[in-house]
Amino acid sequence: MMSDLLNVQGLTLATPDKVLVEDLSFSIMTGERFGVIGESGSGKSLTSLAITGLLAPSIRPTGRVTLAGEEIIGAPEKRLVRMRGDAVATVFQEPLTALDPLMPLGRQIAGPVRRRLKRTGQDAGRAAVAREVQALLEQVRLPEPERLIRSYPHEVSGGQRQRVAIAMALACQPRLLIADEPTTALDVTTQAEIVRLITSLVEELGIALLFISHDLAVVGQVAERVMVMRDGRMIETGPAQQVLTRPADSYTRSLVAAARRFDEALEGQP
Amino acid sequence: MSTASTALPSRRRRGNATFWLGLILVGGIVLAGVVSFFWTPYALSDMAGGRLEAPSAAHWAGTDRLGRDLFTQLMIGARIALIVGCGAVGIGAVIGVATGILAAFATRFLDDALAAFFDILIAFPTLLIAMLVVAAREEASLGTAILALGIGLSPIVGRITRILTKQVLGQDYITAARVSGTSWGAIVYWHILPNIVPFLGVNLALQFGLAVMAEASLSYLGLGAPPPNASWGRMLQEAQGTVYTAPWGAILPGLALFALVIGINLLADGLRDRFDPARRDG
Ligand SMILES: Nc1ncnc2c1ncn2[C@@H]1O[C@H](COP(=O)(O)OP(=O)(O)OP(=O)(O)O)[C@@H](O)[C@H]1O
Ligand SMILES: [Mg+2]
Repeated sequence: MMSDLLNVQGLTLATPDKVLVEDLSFSIMTGERFGVIGESGSGKSLTSLAITGLLAPSIRPTGRVTLAGEEIIGAPEKRLVRMRGDAVATVFQEPLTALDPLMPLGRQIAGPVRRRLKRTGQDAGRAAVAREVQALLEQVRLPEPERLIRSYPHEVSGGQRQRVAIAMALACQPRLLIADEPTTALDVTTQAEIVRLITSLVEELGIALLFISHDLAVVGQVAERVMVMRDGRMIETGPAQQVLTRPADSYTRSLVAAARRFDEALEGQP
Repeated sequence: MSTASTALPSRRRRGNATFWLGLILVGGIVLAGVVSFFWTPYALSDMAGGRLEAPSAAHWAGTDRLGRDLFTQLMIGARIALIVGCGAVGIGAVIGVATGILAAFATRFLDDALAAFFDILIAFPTLLIAMLVVAAREEASLGTAILALGIGLSPIVGRITRILTKQVLGQDYITAARVSGTSWGAIVYWHILPNIVPFLGVNLALQFGLAVMAEASLSYLGLGAPPPNASWGRMLQEAQGTVYTAPWGAILPGLALFALVIGINLLADGLRDRFDPARRDG
């Protein structure tokens, strides 16, 4: 399908008694950074789950989702397992629950590394995996890798946990990285660092990014193109610059105005 | 958060004391059981002393109404209690964990059906289920008792496993593992089992105690291992008529039973505290 990495056409997600996402269409090109903005409950996470074929069984998807040329909706689980990791990986909002509390961090990163090496028919021996884990830790700029490898999630800071989660996602060498509010659980300074890290990594590695957030300023920093969602529908879409400075829709305008007021309030403080 | 970290040192010290007390109790009984394979003070059916003798240098735990040495019976009883406990919990854990995980992964309908099935079986006393199995096998033997108790315990293990698995399945790290293309088998092995075992382990220790007591009850009812197996339950049954004249015959196997059940539970608690990385000092 053209040069689109991800193509979503008329995606509708519904439970037997409620429509959660309605007639959503958008696409992401190879290497493009795409932002999704929307308030809590607008269906952002559900959309990302639909892209990876991980919706709860109670939610029925209709429409078309094509990722790296493969149809997702209706695909058998076996094909999806092979495709996930290869085509797409996800970084979640809460880094503490996104990591197994009982497994040392090094082994958690080693898992997807080993799977990828096996999948691509490369040497997946102990030494090769350890070397890759080391390289990934450096790539996400984690200090003291020797200690970190042996640490458990609760023994490192929130920002470090999120870096580990990013390393795990990168370990797959996906073509699309989904980041679902990856900075919401972090303090402001750490937020900025993680956002910069994600942006520079996807740029460097040529990975497309689907960045989900309710924070306009963050999305503006990261994305080239954005989509605004509300109550499961698309309100507006376009280049980030245009949507965030000259919004066409009244809802987006109110979001932008609110964000601006918030910024001014912050700046007004000594 | 801060209360948890300030409470940690005392908790840890207590965890250590728990662990060591449990280890001593269980270790002593395991030692007695193992030694019983090679050595006992007398042969089991040897009427070596007078009838209903009180504990003495010759008979450390006294003798029963046929003049047989009670310490010998206690040692053999330790062996039987451990075999029954391990066997029953082993069978119960395999059946229970397998069906519990199956239920957690199953379609809504199968899950509901299995959950109802567990609840119905749990409503029957374990001992009653065990008695039915013994009756069905038409023969009382140690193997039958173990199988019966294992089957009796499995629905409890199944129900707990199902709930624990569902909790783990709802965590982001499972979704993260799935997005990165991990197969279900690998997820069960690497993420689900390690995360449910600490909680399951404590419960299995409880089940171990229940199994040992249930075996004692089966033996007491004459449905456990037949003679010459000297289980603690059988000792209690035989001492029944002489509790007033020779109380040690009932008190000692009772104490042994109590020590094993308490010891196993303390040990399991202590082990969980030691192996849970969030509670271990880092
Ligand atoms: N498994 C489910 N079954 C039924 N409804 C669901 C399910 N999961 C989510 N929903 C509903 O779908 C709507 C959208 O949820 P979603 O998680 O996509 O929101 P979101 O935009 O990611 O919000 P947030 O910013 O809070 O993460 C919500 O109203 C939610 O209650
Ligand atoms: Mg969400």
